Amino acid sequence: MTTNTLLEFKGVGKSFGGLRAIDNVSFTVNEGEIVGLIGPNGAGKTTLFSMASGFLEPTDGQIIFQGTRIDGLNPPRICRAGLVRTFQIVKPFGEMTVIENAMVGAFLHHARPEDAREVAAGVLRQVGLGGREEQVAKTLTLSGRKRLEVAKALATHPKLLLLDEVMAGLTTVEVSEMLELIHSLRASGVSILVIEHNMKAVMNLSNKIVVIQYGKKIAEGAPAEVANDPQVISAYLGGEHAA
Amino acid sequence: MMAVQDSKNRPLWGALILVVAIAPLFSGNQYLLSIAVMTLLYAYLALSWNVLGGIAGQLSLGHSAYFGIGAYASTWFFIHMGISPWIGMWIGAALAVVAAVIVGMSSLHLRGAYYALATLASAMVLKTLVENADDLLGGPRGMEVTLLRNAPWQFQYTSKEFYYVIALVFVALAVFINWRILRSRYGYYLAAVRNEQDAALALGVPTTRYKLYAAMISAAMTAIGGTFYAQFVLFVSPDKVFGANLGVVIAVVCIIGGRGTLWGPVLGALLLLPSEELARSFSGGMLGADMMLYGLLLMLVIWYEPRGLVTILQRWFGRSDRQRLTKQGATQ
Repeated sequence: MTTNTLLEFKGVGKSFGGLRAIDNVSFTVNEGEIVGLIGPNGAGKTTLFSMASGFLEPTDGQIIFQGTRIDGLNPPRICRAGLVRTFQIVKPFGEMTVIENAMVGAFLHHARPEDAREVAAGVLRQVGLGGREEQVAKTLTLSGRKRLEVAKALATHPKLLLLDEVMAGLTTVEVSEMLELIHSLRASGVSILVIEHNMKAVMNLSNKIVVIQYGKKIAEGAPAEVANDPQVISAYLGGEHAA
Repeated sequence: MMAVQDSKNRPLWGALILVVAIAPLFSGNQYLLSIAVMTLLYAYLALSWNVLGGIAGQLSLGHSAYFGIGAYASTWFFIHMGISPWIGMWIGAALAVVAAVIVGMSSLHLRGAYYALATLASAMVLKTLVENADDLLGGPRGMEVTLLRNAPWQFQYTSKEFYYVIALVFVALAVFINWRILRSRYGYYLAAVRNEQDAALALGVPTTRYKLYAAMISAAMTAIGGTFYAQFVLFVSPDKVFGANLGVVIAVVCIIGGRGTLWGPVLGALLLLPSEELARSFSGGMLGADMMLYGLLLMLVIWYEPRGLVTILQRWFGRSDRQRLTKQGATQ
């Protein structure tokens, strides 16, 4: 199979003082793929996200995006390179309107407010927030704020989108809407790395699953393989929090 | 995020503002004019502060540092080197920018109260330095601007009308600068920084650099206000222009009016300065009556509507609530 590697974690490690939060993790995300990153709470999934997006610097290893090392670069530079993250605890610009939130993302490539507004409006329709443009962001429902989190990131025209638990706390209907959205994003050419606790959702969504436990990668492969991996089963059922 | 008035009412508002703005010129009352000049000066200072403290949401309590730098720089260059304060004010602005970079680089990574304290400390350090510079800057006694009477090219004149017109132009320019920032990408970025800094970072906003730019613009504007003050009262001293009091008052005027809004800083000054004057005359010169008034008004406004007078007025005039909330009320 000839695929282009978009993002590569190469022996990445991160220590906080004496705590080894991430230990020698390697995997890749290819162009056009949706990769699911799963693991028990506290396994280090968000830490991996933070390193890829420049919020944390790895202690060892390299992170390569489109052939260039990005570990240690600051978040704005990584965002400009085409890799953007969302936050597990959503961070809307609370006092700003929904469209202004999306405009902040759109400004990355469109300096004129009129152009940014147009791009933002398009992205809002795409995520299902059309009609809510003038609402103040903090008044949105949780589902709305999760969509807005995606919209802000999308408005930067990313090549790779890191989604951190965008389905947590949503109802079944909202989850299926979000799944549809993520599928449509891939169809539009955005590759996606997703952290998700909703097993059914992530299995349905991903081309490949990477499983992390205690900061180490314990499995990687197609959803069906990973689901039957004894180590993964014990990680999820053997004493840790069930998903 | 842009306009403050509805477009259909705009000519009406414009006319009203213009009439109110030029009315004091025709009163001929010098006492009234001097209050009006100070009101405009504070409106200007609050607008200057607004760029950093309002739009970018960085609660600086040390703007007296920049004000003092402006006042001292133009005065020093005038009395020692004969340079007109019209030129000296640009020297002051440049020095204030340098100071803002130094203060900013060491404090802008701090958040919330820590940043506020750091800025306050920077102003106090500067005041102490000036107080001890007896030979160079006149120490605690300060400096007097050489009296030339009617010398408009040296930024002084015997009539208050002269200063009133200049202050009015300064306020107009400051409103224009704020307006330009608010409607630009830069303004949206600063609002994003104020609302949620990490999210702004993730979306490609170089937050620290943009905050630093805001601090530089704000400092330069404030310094020019300092020059104006020096020329208006023809005297500068560390207490008057570097005092911690001043830095707090500038912030309070803007906060009461409405942080991050276009007209809030002006409204804040229109409410506070005349009331302060009234408090002073009715309290029979009781020390601190003005500060008590500031405290009281701040409490009342923040209790009733934390987003300030602008929002209160908008509500009274039946403007829809969701309109232009963007620029109001920092979340930090």
